[in-house]
Amino acid sequence: MADELKRTPLFEEHKRLGAKIIPFAGYEMPVHYPAGIIAEHNAVRQKAGLFDVSHMGELEIRGGDALGLVQYVTTNDASRLEVGQAQYSVICQEDGTALDDCIVYRFDDHYMVVVNAANVDRDRDWIRKFADRFGTQVLDRSEQTALLALQGPAAARILQPLTDVDLDAVKYYHFASGRVDGRPAVVSRTGYTGEDGFELYIDAADAVPLWRRLLDAGAAEGILPVGLGARDTLRLEVGYILYGNDLDDRHTPLEAGLGWVTKLDKGEFIGRAALEQRKAAGLTEKLAGFVLRERGFPRPGYDIRWNGELSGQVTSGILSPTLNQGIGLAYLPTEAAKPGTMIEVVIRDRAIPAEVVRPPFYKDGSIHR
Amino acid sequence: MSEIPEDLLYTEEHEYLMPTEQANVYQVGITDYAQGELGDIVYVELPNPGDKFGRMEVFGTVEAVKAVSDLYSPVAGTVVEVNEAVQEDPSLVNSDPYGEGWLIKIRIANPSSLDELLDAKEYAAQIGE
Repeated sequence: MADELKRTPLFEEHKRLGAKIIPFAGYEMPVHYPAGIIAEHNAVRQKAGLFDVSHMGELEIRGGDALGLVQYVTTNDASRLEVGQAQYSVICQEDGTALDDCIVYRFDDHYMVVVNAANVDRDRDWIRKFADRFGTQVLDRSEQTALLALQGPAAARILQPLTDVDLDAVKYYHFASGRVDGRPAVVSRTGYTGEDGFELYIDAADAVPLWRRLLDAGAAEGILPVGLGARDTLRLEVGYILYGNDLDDRHTPLEAGLGWVTKLDKGEFIGRAALEQRKAAGLTEKLAGFVLRERGFPRPGYDIRWNGELSGQVTSGILSPTLNQGIGLAYLPTEAAKPGTMIEVVIRDRAIPAEVVRPPFYKDGSIHR
Repeated sequence: MSEIPEDLLYTEEHEYLMPTEQANVYQVGITDYAQGELGDIVYVELPNPGDKFGRMEVFGTVEAVKAVSDLYSPVAGTVVEVNEAVQEDPSLVNSDPYGEGWLIKIRIANPSSLDELLDAKEYAAQIGE
């Protein structure tokens, strides 16, 4: 057996609520509660849902030239961030391949880099290798930090009465420090669902009371606790990539369609030269979205054929609960990755026709940009 | 605890066999336990009437959001009817596995093959209930 699985501070709450627990990224996490993945998915699209995402990692970069270090280890241009603003970014290796994707938060006296649970140790050790030359410290706050995601069109209505933060003043991909139900919290208008909502970075010791308070406060709005199952269907409907499925250390952010967060002209950063070369040479493959033209459930690993030839595999795929249609992502030869191209997804020996489309698949989310 | 009706027969793969009004024709579905383990079922692939299957041969699949599961024919026989309602609305398998969520009706080739199936008590023991 591998190392013992970790638990978030909310593990006992999940069990009490009747969640089905699965191993995920080294943690025992709820995949769904008794309502089920579809009901949880719909609650987030139409009302509100509460997620425990405390397994995510929080790395604090503090002291010295903290901005210099952030700029050096991430692909997006962190110098554009104002205090109270966040940005999506990627951590690359020298050859341009991705170690992780992340969100960078700028506080008044430090930066916080939020990374995927499975990669916390690797990311932390990687960033620390370069910390000295910028005179900075990289502090791993993952264990002491819990993260709750309140997502859905009713999220602000539920949260506002509980917090001293003026939520109207917190725009998309911005955040504020304040209190929620009297407990210190970083209230971030971010999420992984395509809906309006907030991510609350809180002390691990406050996780249980805040979790309960938010579920109580949202009861009249129809809030549900939501597990990893619906988290995956929600994110894929809006075309958000998942590291480990759709991006990995064999692909660069350019192939993954993340050129918009890869700022090759921002100055030196790890992977820049390799990415520039790759861009100049032309990409041989790209991550593409596809929609099945017949009913079926495309799952990760299923083969994709184009012009009768094996041309790739599904990296993420679901039967979309909102669209009631098979959707997915796959790396395809650049020529095949153009919207409108017809491909086939091989589902248990049957080739199901599919059309390449540009994500998001679902475009009617409640995010206010 | 899941529902395990006394008067049905079961496979180790969580299908059940239920007598119908017609002699030698049985209704086949998946158990309450199986639908609970799978979670929300979103797609069901079933054979056509007239198709023949051997005992424990795969006759279709059910897809939940997180997993796909093959369906095994509890007995050798010929499909006489397929539940079209469940193909339109797969959630019937979750809400009523022994009723509206049935999958196929099969005419059994050899009635003595029923002896190889589990009874309710044996099935309950197998799933630890």
